[in-house]
Amino acid sequence: MLNYFDPKTEHTGAGSAIDWTRDYGTPAVDSDVQVSLDIDGVAVTVPEGTSVLRAAALAGINIPKLCASDNLEAFGSCRLCAVQIDGRRGMPASCTTPVAEGMAVTTQNAALAKLRRNVMELYISDHPLDCLTCPANGDCELQDMAGAVGLREVRYGFSGENHLQAEKDHSNPYFSFDPSKCIVCSRCVRACEEVQGTFALTIDGRGFDSKVAAGQDEPFMDSECVSCGACVQACPTSTLMEKSIIDEGQPDHSVVTTCAYCGVGCSFEAEMKGDKLVRMTPWKGGDANHGHSCVKGRFAFGYATHKDRLREPMIRDSIDLPWRAVSWEEAIQFTADRIRDIQTRHGRDSVGGITSSRCTNEETYLVQKLVRAAFGNNNTDTCARVCHSPTGYGLKTTLGESAGTQTFDSVMKSDVIVVIGANPTDAHPVFASRLRKRLRQGASLIVADPRHIDLLKTPHMGEGIHLPLRPGTNVALINAMAHVVVSEGLEDEDFVSRRCDPEAYRQWREFILLEKNSPEHMETITGVPADSIRQAARLYGEAGNGAIYYGLGVTEHSQGSTMVIGIANLAMATGNIGREGVGVNPLRGQNNVQGSCDMGSFPHELPGYQHVGVPEVRARFSAAWGVDIDPEPGLRIPNMFDAAIDGSFKALYVQGEDIAQSDPNTQHVEQALTSLECLIVQDIFLNETAKFAHVLLPGSTFLEKNGTFTNAERRINRVRKVMAPVAGKEDWEVTQDLANALGYPMHYSHPSEIMDEIAQLAPTFTGVSYDKLERLGSIQWPCNEAHPDGTPTMHEDSFPIGLGRFGLTEFVETEERTNRRFPLLLTTGRILSQYNVGAQTRRTDNQVWHDEDVLELHPHDAEERGISAGDWVGITSRAGDTVLRARISERMQPGVIYTTFHHPGSGANVITTDNSDWATNCPEYKVTAVQVEKVTEPSSWQQRHQTFGRRQWQYLEQASDA
Amino acid sequence: MAEVHTVYVPRDTTACSLGAEAIAQQLGRHLAMHSPDCRLVRNGSRGAFWLEPLLEVETEQGRLAYGPVTPEQLPDLLAAGLLAGTTEHPLYLGPVDDIPWLRRQQRLTFARAGVTDPLSIEDYRTHGGFVGLKKALSMTPQALVDEVKASGLRGRGGAAFPAGIKWQTVLDAPADNPGNPQSGRKFIVCNADEGDSGTFADRLVMEADPYMLIEGMIIAGLAVGADYGFIYLRSEYPLAHQVLQEAITRAEQAGWLGADMQGSGRDFQLEVRLGAGAYICGEETSLLDSLEGKRGMVRAKPPLPALKGAFGQPTVVNNVLTLAAVPWIIDQGGQAYANHGQGRSLGTMPFQLAGNIERGGLVELAFGPTLRELVEDFGGGTRSGRPMQAIQVGGPLGAYLPAAQWDTSLDYEAFAEAGAVLGHGGVVVFDDTVDMAQQARFAMEFCMVESCGKCTPCRIGSVRGVEVIDRIIADDNRAAQLDLLAELCDTMEFGSLCAMGGMTPNPVRSAVEHFPDAFGVTPESSAGAA
Repeated sequence: MLNYFDPKTEHTGAGSAIDWTRDYGTPAVDSDVQVSLDIDGVAVTVPEGTSVLRAAALAGINIPKLCASDNLEAFGSCRLCAVQIDGRRGMPASCTTPVAEGMAVTTQNAALAKLRRNVMELYISDHPLDCLTCPANGDCELQDMAGAVGLREVRYGFSGENHLQAEKDHSNPYFSFDPSKCIVCSRCVRACEEVQGTFALTIDGRGFDSKVAAGQDEPFMDSECVSCGACVQACPTSTLMEKSIIDEGQPDHSVVTTCAYCGVGCSFEAEMKGDKLVRMTPWKGGDANHGHSCVKGRFAFGYATHKDRLREPMIRDSIDLPWRAVSWEEAIQFTADRIRDIQTRHGRDSVGGITSSRCTNEETYLVQKLVRAAFGNNNTDTCARVCHSPTGYGLKTTLGESAGTQTFDSVMKSDVIVVIGANPTDAHPVFASRLRKRLRQGASLIVADPRHIDLLKTPHMGEGIHLPLRPGTNVALINAMAHVVVSEGLEDEDFVSRRCDPEAYRQWREFILLEKNSPEHMETITGVPADSIRQAARLYGEAGNGAIYYGLGVTEHSQGSTMVIGIANLAMATGNIGREGVGVNPLRGQNNVQGSCDMGSFPHELPGYQHVGVPEVRARFSAAWGVDIDPEPGLRIPNMFDAAIDGSFKALYVQGEDIAQSDPNTQHVEQALTSLECLIVQDIFLNETAKFAHVLLPGSTFLEKNGTFTNAERRINRVRKVMAPVAGKEDWEVTQDLANALGYPMHYSHPSEIMDEIAQLAPTFTGVSYDKLERLGSIQWPCNEAHPDGTPTMHEDSFPIGLGRFGLTEFVETEERTNRRFPLLLTTGRILSQYNVGAQTRRTDNQVWHDEDVLELHPHDAEERGISAGDWVGITSRAGDTVLRARISERMQPGVIYTTFHHPGSGANVITTDNSDWATNCPEYKVTAVQVEKVTEPSSWQQRHQTFGRRQWQYLEQASDA
Repeated sequence: MAEVHTVYVPRDTTACSLGAEAIAQQLGRHLAMHSPDCRLVRNGSRGAFWLEPLLEVETEQGRLAYGPVTPEQLPDLLAAGLLAGTTEHPLYLGPVDDIPWLRRQQRLTFARAGVTDPLSIEDYRTHGGFVGLKKALSMTPQALVDEVKASGLRGRGGAAFPAGIKWQTVLDAPADNPGNPQSGRKFIVCNADEGDSGTFADRLVMEADPYMLIEGMIIAGLAVGADYGFIYLRSEYPLAHQVLQEAITRAEQAGWLGADMQGSGRDFQLEVRLGAGAYICGEETSLLDSLEGKRGMVRAKPPLPALKGAFGQPTVVNNVLTLAAVPWIIDQGGQAYANHGQGRSLGTMPFQLAGNIERGGLVELAFGPTLRELVEDFGGGTRSGRPMQAIQVGGPLGAYLPAAQWDTSLDYEAFAEAGAVLGHGGVVVFDDTVDMAQQARFAMEFCMVESCGKCTPCRIGSVRGVEVIDRIIADDNRAAQLDLLAELCDTMEFGSLCAMGGMTPNPVRSAVEHFPDAFGVTPESSAGAA
């Protein structure tokens, strides 16, 4: 029995009676002043500045409209929403008319009806009459309005000038553009501008020739369009229409759930026909995305039904043998036997597990519980190890909590926005759209990044400063900024004296004022002119509200944790903590990085960041779980690899991670994996890691299970099951079966029960329950007695550790340095259309944007080596070498090259090294000294990888055939 | 007779298109060779276009006029003693000030037009220039606004909104706008996108007396607290552009514009921005969009530009003529201006006679005389010599007035009562050979071509309007089509976002109502459309 969530009958959104399935015509307005008016005899009271259209809608009076939508500013072009107002001339559009005290509005009378019908008659005189065969049939606002106004004839006939022969554009893989259906309401253009901020669309021509055009009147695919879907969402007709709907027809029901791509955690309405997903529509009630989306969440869901999905459990004794498809029972028993056998032979600590940042909180919780309670050790880690572990360490040390301090909406109150080592337009696109909106409103931008990222090219933004630092010099840069803040008296002394530990502050202040931390001194290290650093520091230091957003460009360094501490120091010193518009904001890469950390995935921390070394903590968990908890922290992922190669670590349970592709120094990882006696992989596809596995447990996608994800703003969002798991089990059920087979009993009947257990054990989750999530829509932790509805902004009055602690941040150069042999620095990152290791997005049409990873390099470096665009280039580091195609790009600075790791055959991580953050072992993906040269064939690793991969696919096919 | 010391040849677009440039060149060569002491001044035009090119020589009897002079006639005129102030040549018109067509006007705004060298600040000051500004620099903003209110000056661009009230709104508007990079600022925007058919008064101001406009804008800035002004100029006026740019540079150099004007501690910067050929950009909100570098699209009001105008800040948007009237008002006092005109139509209006007219040009009169007086006494009837059939006042969106309405007084309220508009003062005359059904069609066609395309009644309605009128002309289901046209006109009037679509029905309805024969209708069957 599928658990359908029907938003039409549920009450969503914190404490408001807004029905997210309705369109109120114009955006909500925030005002302390309330205005009362009379609409059709109904007394209505709304905030000042609200439109008459919205006021009427709130009172349940539906004025016809076409160009108005409540996520766009009023435009006033369709004229259907005309009303009459006592004492005013004419028939003003209610969308552009703000309410006034005592106003008396008439929304229906003979004159208005005639005007609306006659306007609609004009529309239809230039519109095809193919409603019955139109893809929008049943979901067309034009059709609805024609009905609403009672249009019965078109006296102009259909022989006049029209656009019925306008050519269609099918270039985008996900939606079609049929201008013959266009009513030129500009909703798509406005959505592209106001919601997405790309400005790819415009109205070309004027008068009757006005038409929607992408870019310079070119196909959508050739324009700047980023395929976010906002225009498709906005279109009231079938002009911009999802190809899935054109092919399949209108959905028959829908379920609201949470996207499983990046850490923004957008809410979507999964629209279904039977058990088939036909469309993902961004959910207006989603507190993280407010009805916006990106190309991944909106369109790239086809992987869920891809032919490559693993559909049955499989086992084998050796990775040189074909797979054997078996029953769930057999697979689970096989696994349990292997684990117990290995533990008997090699000791309790010879096995471990890796939880997933892509799985739900409940699943992650269960895996670490399995390791701690059933395996009996703390050998649990998560992929956050390789992305945001320094965030956990750095923020916990300084601010007392391992999480970002703000909501995404907070950015709308920022005056200066600092983005360090993050590329939100590609990696967190929906948040980037909101950030860009704020930049268009006049906020200033400071970007510290080796590359000239697209955020710096935001259309219509104000001031923007780029600090193009050399990879590996973050700490030098942040110290120099702090030096300017302190030496130029830009500190918030009041905040520091009230909120921060005085001794730690005194030491930090003394340290940061040292001449070696001055921008002038650091200039030689960072490569950023001292003047630019001073300008940026002053801008941030003098800002009313200064906010810092950062990504993996901060954490994935040998001094990742130091840099996070440096960021927190700077925010505290300037008083930019504890209110809206400010804060320290890690942008999380994957959907549930925050959650997987919260759930106790790390080897030293139980759920809720409670250290295993603390006896009282262990006592509580022991009591709840009925087992003793090992007081010693377990192995981190890199330790597991080393121990596997040493021979002391023999079995590993990996849920929903592809360590063979995503972890650094691939050849080292492969050596570790082949050293294991038993590798258990639970995933939806035969990923790179699975090729080294002995047990394959088919995973379920986010569409196939219930649970929760926690996004980068600590927001717990519900994941709701919309279709049955292809292999019959949700991931948490598999973990539970394994625990039971190992003799540790687990008897949850629904993930909500797992959450109830989490709420008992993690102090920041005590108030969380599925019931409350249904009621509020989402909850930002901490959610407890003090904050029953959650905590949007953290550290408002005090820090969890009482006083904020400044930390010393001595710049120490990475050991990964350039020299004559390796004169260039390679840094890695993401692009918009692909997600992480690409297992999902590579199995969708997103491939058309990025079907291979390329090496970006500056024209100067290319010319020096005789490399032209499209050439095969070999990239060699101290760890290994690989071959990619070259792209010449001015976004790069000379001496720095860049690539992505979305495609396994690229071998980007063959090159990256074992260097890692001093505190957390987060790999130094962002700095690798390399040389590049023109080559003619793939690297030897690539050739081996291809042969090995092909054999493993054959093994899989043989199992299916059997 | 003594040799004259100064000869005037207008440097004005109309005069130049009639040969003034060639005349100036020939004359320049002649003077260099034969009369090196005689100065050639390129004055502006006096607006008597029917006499252009109008040459003037400075004599002890005052300035003597010759015109219209063609380049071919110049040698003959020179030979006859132009430079001695001959009174014998057939082109001799007598002293300029005695030409009745000019003498009978009431020139307040255009008093200097054609008299001075447009770019000479000295000339400008000699003829009363910058007196208003000098005075304004010592007045409070409220006193300036009050003076404009007292003058009764109304927007001369067409909407006739009281200028003083608009200024008061901008003066009172808070300019604090958190997040907006322009927060704290207010702007003066001069609408110089003079696009109405048959109009040229704005151009004449800019080409003949640019400092007057600059002075008016500075005063407006002082009155509302704006330190920056834009002149949004149509690109079809290259000469006006050139003159304005030069005038701005000279005014800055002379300390009348820019920082610390005349040591007052007050600043005002001025910038010319060019349009790109769209009629709709004369509509103030489209103008603002275009000024900001966007596609010129009509904005919904509210918010009023006075509160949220250029770059989101409080903005005075006034027509050239409105701002040009200001220096005189401040100099002479609001009451002096209000002493002209009648009722609520106070001051003077520069009417522009065009179309099929004998004596075309600019006629500045106090409000009050009838349309007939204007077109007959000043205009002298049609150029073709045939009887007048219709007069369109106020540009392409104005009604076609039949003979029965020609006795309407030139006054905003009287015209409104007649279902017509004075608009920007354009007066276009049609003789009896014109097909008024085609003129109605043209009104719809004009709207079709010039609509910004934002609102449906204008974007689609104008196209259907052309088609419906074509069917009426072709007698294709005529009665039903006339009814449909009447409804379409209502839809456009009540449903359009701005005056473009909202006023297009004016010429259409008036043509149908007053010239039913042209549509093949008998009086009784035309009732529906009227």
